[in-house]
Amino acid sequence: MTNMAETNRAVIRLKEKFASSLLEIKEFRGEVTVTVKKEDVIAVCTCLRDELGYNLLTDVTAIDYYGKTPRFMVVYNLYSIPAKDRLRVKTPVEESDASIASATCLWNSANFLEREVYDLFGITFTGHPDLRRILMTDDWVGHPLRKDYPLQGPDREPYKGRLS
Amino acid sequence: MASTEIMTVNMGPQHPSTHGVLRLVVELDGEVIQKITPHIGYLHRGVEKLSEHRTYHQALPLTDRLDYLAPMSNNLGYVLAVEKLLGIEVPERAQTIRVILAELTRLKSHLVWIACHALDIGAMTVFIYAFREREKVMALYEKISGARMTSNYFRVGGLSSEVYDGFEKDVQEIVDTFPGHFDTYEGLLTKNTIWVQRTVGNGVISAEDAIDYGITGPALRGSGVDWDLRRDNPYSGYEKYNFQVPVGKNCDTYDRYKVRLVEMREAVKIVKQALDSLKPGPILADAPQVCYPPKEDVYNTIEGLIHHFKIASEGFPVPEGEVYQSVEAPKGELGFYLVSDGGTKPYRMRIRPPSFVNLGAIEKMAKGAMIADLVAVIGTLDIVLGEIDR
Repeated sequence: MTNMAETNRAVIRLKEKFASSLLEIKEFRGEVTVTVKKEDVIAVCTCLRDELGYNLLTDVTAIDYYGKTPRFMVVYNLYSIPAKDRLRVKTPVEESDASIASATCLWNSANFLEREVYDLFGITFTGHPDLRRILMTDDWVGHPLRKDYPLQGPDREPYKGRLS
Repeated sequence: MASTEIMTVNMGPQHPSTHGVLRLVVELDGEVIQKITPHIGYLHRGVEKLSEHRTYHQALPLTDRLDYLAPMSNNLGYVLAVEKLLGIEVPERAQTIRVILAELTRLKSHLVWIACHALDIGAMTVFIYAFREREKVMALYEKISGARMTSNYFRVGGLSSEVYDGFEKDVQEIVDTFPGHFDTYEGLLTKNTIWVQRTVGNGVISAEDAIDYGITGPALRGSGVDWDLRRDNPYSGYEKYNFQVPVGKNCDTYDRYKVRLVEMREAVKIVKQALDSLKPGPILADAPQVCYPPKEDVYNTIEGLIHHFKIASEGFPVPEGEVYQSVEAPKGELGFYLVSDGGTKPYRMRIRPPSFVNLGAIEKMAKGAMIADLVAVIGTLDIVLGEIDR
């Protein structure tokens, strides 16, 4: 895996087509991460899937950078079965407008994965056919993977370590 | 044809064929499935949240409890991700032992699959045989790590301890005897009329649909997609071994059955090659800031004790960055996406569970089939709820 970010085929193509929406291109330990604007994420993913062969959406997840703006980062891990390489697409999501277009129009695998992100981070996916909680119960309050959600759960004293 | 009323049936969460606590709400027109709504989360323990509050070594035992039928595959994915983040190289002996154990784990997991899948469809004999063989791997697990299931044997940088005396002999015995047992299973199932009638044409999903639904592992290869992470993005020295990647043609349960059976035979071949290439050497990387010191030093020297205490209490700092490392687990692509902020605990640990994503395709595979076939579809997807719910 020696493809540096600058010579990566996807990066070259995205620079031609989506120059204005690319926020950052980064390479770390041989993995290329492209950060794009939220409005263009579906267009970028469509281009990656149809023109560059990233046909498998491996994973959709999010990171909560609590205390920073924008607070959330939604992460798409893409894989190309023909070319056997990976690409990570990230997009920032504001806390005040915690919603993003759903990728279910491109991949059905996004269905469950986006439901999980919605459940645990509270980010809504517009255009998702069945956006319900998936791991927590339907009447659960709060989103457990947010950094301001206490580890012990709500209404509980924080864990103070073993007393004996 | 007389008009019929749609009936909603609740299947699970305590149902013998759902392999754990999976609940499916099935809408039926007579016996024909119209809609399936999976309800999951009964086993949710918040592994991803918990690991944000633990050091990198403390998060390792949590991974045993994901796919509890294949704990060492989970350990392997996790330690590889942390090692990638740290940029450390693992000695060859540790890599080879990891491969041996990961492939034995694949056998262990596939043995449970064939046992339960056959039992669900009504072939009870296979269950008894397959669990007898699984016991051999479990015994080896216990000898090597002290636990039959939650092994926690790998460490960041290598292995927790050297293998016991006689490990090679035990592995060699498995290598010698298992292919004969696989012949037994094939003799019981492959040409069995009931088995063939229950599995041929069941749960068909085309290659395009399988990729669209994110299916990975043997279930994807059963649909004819020639893709295996061990061969295509090798890790832990898999590039050194010769093995075939079986693919199916008819995209049905029968082809997935055949793919997994060949995979078991190939796993034995990999174990054999790895065992032959096993040489003496260190089992931990030369990275004292990360790896625990040898036990003799901890007990006998003050430097060793301080070193152990430091790593055990505060852990080790990991450079800022993010990596995604995946392994070909028995169920499919198991990925660990780690984000580090430079501290001693993961800022975010995302587990990409193969069973969770594979389960998403259940409606696609079983819609229009009879309700009895749904049991076969659950079996062929080979899901584990510990991993789905995390």
